[in-house]
Amino acid sequence: MASLAAFGRSICPTSPLFPAPACGNLGSLLRPVRHHGSGEAAGEAVLQVDNRCSDQVLDFPGGKVMFVPEMRFLPGSPNERINCYRVLDENGQTISGSRFQEVSKEVAIKMYSDMVTLQIMDTVFYEAQRQGRISFYLTSNGEEAINVASAAALTMDDIVFPQYREPGVLLWRGFTLQEFANQCFGNKLDYGKGRQMPIHYGSSRLNYFTVSSPIATQIPHAVGAAYSLKMDGKNACTITYFGDGGTSEGDFHAALNFAAVMESPVIFFCRNNGWAISTPTAEQFRSDGAVVRGQAYGIHSIRIDGNDALAVYSAVHAAREMAVHDCRPVLVEALTYRAGHHSTSDDSTKYRSTDEIQHWKTARDPVSRFRNWVEGNGWWSEAAEVEHRSSTRKELLQAIQVAERAEKPPLSELFTDVYDRVPSNLWEQEKSLRETIKKHPKDYPSDVPV
Amino acid sequence: MATAMAVRALGKRASIAARGFSSSCETEKAAKDGKPINLFSAINQALHIALDTDPRAYVFGEDIRFGGVFRCTTGLFDRFGRSRVFNTPLCEQGIVGFAIGLAAMGNRAIAEIQFADYIYPAFDQAFPFNVIVNEAAKFRYRSGNEFNCGGLTIRTPYGAVGHGGHYHSQSPESFFCHVPGLKVVIPRSPRQAKGLLLSCIRDPNPSIFFEPKWLYRLAVEEVPEHDYMLPLSEAEVIHQGSDITLVGWGAQLSVLEQACVEAAKEGISCELIDLRTLIPWDKETVEASVRKTGKLLVSHEAPVTGGFGAEISASIAESCFLRLEAPVARICGLDTPFPLVYEQFYMPTKNKILDAIKATVNY
Ligand SMILES: Cc1ncc(C[n+]2csc(CCOP(=O)(O)OP(=O)(O)O)c2C)c(N)n1
Ligand SMILES: [Mg+2]
Repeated sequence: MASLAAFGRSICPTSPLFPAPACGNLGSLLRPVRHHGSGEAAGEAVLQVDNRCSDQVLDFPGGKVMFVPEMRFLPGSPNERINCYRVLDENGQTISGSRFQEVSKEVAIKMYSDMVTLQIMDTVFYEAQRQGRISFYLTSNGEEAINVASAAALTMDDIVFPQYREPGVLLWRGFTLQEFANQCFGNKLDYGKGRQMPIHYGSSRLNYFTVSSPIATQIPHAVGAAYSLKMDGKNACTITYFGDGGTSEGDFHAALNFAAVMESPVIFFCRNNGWAISTPTAEQFRSDGAVVRGQAYGIHSIRIDGNDALAVYSAVHAAREMAVHDCRPVLVEALTYRAGHHSTSDDSTKYRSTDEIQHWKTARDPVSRFRNWVEGNGWWSEAAEVEHRSSTRKELLQAIQVAERAEKPPLSELFTDVYDRVPSNLWEQEKSLRETIKKHPKDYPSDVPV
Repeated sequence: MATAMAVRALGKRASIAARGFSSSCETEKAAKDGKPINLFSAINQALHIALDTDPRAYVFGEDIRFGGVFRCTTGLFDRFGRSRVFNTPLCEQGIVGFAIGLAAMGNRAIAEIQFADYIYPAFDQAFPFNVIVNEAAKFRYRSGNEFNCGGLTIRTPYGAVGHGGHYHSQSPESFFCHVPGLKVVIPRSPRQAKGLLLSCIRDPNPSIFFEPKWLYRLAVEEVPEHDYMLPLSEAEVIHQGSDITLVGWGAQLSVLEQACVEAAKEGISCELIDLRTLIPWDKETVEASVRKTGKLLVSHEAPVTGGFGAEISASIAESCFLRLEAPVARICGLDTPFPLVYEQFYMPTKNKILDAIKATVNY
């Protein structure tokens, strides 16, 4: 009742939430103005508002709103698109005046070499799928900087809720080539016990939640987990990755709103790569990308060049500071391009031009751009490049052989983990399945130990 | 190897499906002027006809403009244009919610959900289960027939495919059978798919049409090029038999068919029934058959517990109690998530069915 009464009044209630006095529109109205405005202009606006009578201001729950006589609709899209933060130009030179987070030699070299490793993984696993050795694969081509540089800006205590095109984050954290291969071959060493398709990696050791195919479901999980970090007073945040397509799911919207309201320390990392399978972003949304949606939900948001490793690193570094120290969500929209097909089940030349693909593969390649910068610092050389590529390739081919030869997980694992313990219906089903296998051994793959 | 295994299994299915089914006179007649095509082409033909015969018909979903990930919508965009055939944003609840509104205004809204796995309720937060269950299914009832969304048809690929793992293999049909107000239809072959899909599109009730994705390319059958419909809520007796009744739907029919052939070699005569529409289902046909054979086996890919086989089994136990000579057998998927490397173990295979046929007949 009390709040209803307050609703209709033009004078501020004197609750702690609305602490303004008398002609009272100072408190909650002025603070945001100062915050967003810059210098003088903001000061003037403040004064003007201050001089008006309270009947020109709607004392609305959630903050005061000014009345205006003109009828004016907000435009559906702003006249100018939101700018994009960038540090390195196409040649890998730092743009003059750009501000970015320092990267040590050691970190820079690891960043670059992990980006190359990711490229090699993509080439070799893709090939293995084409040869029928694994059933499926999906590359991160063109998104190497996003993968590796964002991971580099986090700490190992930060928790990752991936979509599926971010294996470089796991690589950065120390997932070995053997571990990647084990998952893709679904052998007994795969942590997922061969139950999911290739590329559905996960590792509790590395704080990386297991990939799940349904789009966008991980986004609200990251918000809940971040709230837990906050409640536990941890010096950590969560980060969740998703594509431009993912921003259309209800989960995305629910997650942003929850994060803002619950003040969860989460980084929403949108990889806007222009395509969701065959659907271009023009058929996905008409907002100026994802960045403005963050703002609409009351979340600090930034748009960055996703093919610029230093911009990605710096933005995520800053976002992490805000998330952890100010306890608030942050949204990062990285503009990039899915330079490969959606997956091994897709042929993207059916729906986009090869010129477009070629342009992004060459002129805008994030890996060579970062290489130029690292080399420019005298931290990398052609010799190092050749050595890293050949040793990584060798190591990966070896890992694949090992993974391929390893046994599949045993039959008993078919029934575990449905619940914490195997319930009686599954015991019975296992018993009956074993009898069937005895009778018809030829019906079953010989590489699964029974 | 998993892949080799998939190919072997595919081979088995292919041979059966390509042989086709002996079916009712109606389709038999129709088949005469048909050309052999696969299941996705049959769906594609039905969609062409639906758009062609009704200017108020629309086809939309994720990635359907370039033909869809299973090629079912190839050529529709070029022929009918972007206002009737379009890509949607990646949002299943949006697709179905939009389709309900469109249908409620007297249109035929033919919506595609890219995989049946992405229609699910509780495993995922945002799927259109609420939209389907609370909106589509109750639209007519809750308004006292002031409004309806009968023009709604949701098409979605379902079931095993040899390498789909958890999220590209599931059979969620029983969830929707628990929702009065919807029709749930699953075809077993190209000819059936075309006729049943056109019936769903033109039926004055919202329907979900599950397409067996394993058969998209593999099942080849003569399909009449003209516009024809097959009746909903009518099961089809595919083989007459006297010893046991076998009931299934969709891709599982070809596995049941193989088991029938094997059983016949051992002198067991099976009556094979394709249920085709799961709700409202054709109990009379199944009952009549069980009265004759005294035995029933139901088979589906979805987990056995709470699957639609349970409903059939309970209904028949009620109505044919005195006539049953053995417990109703259910050969279904295991009560686990759909497991990639264990797919063959999970599946209700021919030999599992054959063993159960023998056990039931010799009860
Ligand atoms: C809920 C759900 N609907 C549909 C799909 C099928 N699907 C898989 S990936 C994808 C496109 C995702 O695009 P985007 O989010 O932009 O990520 P990108 O592949 O570009 O990295 C779709 C529609 C799915 N996996 N989950
Ligand atoms: Mg994308």
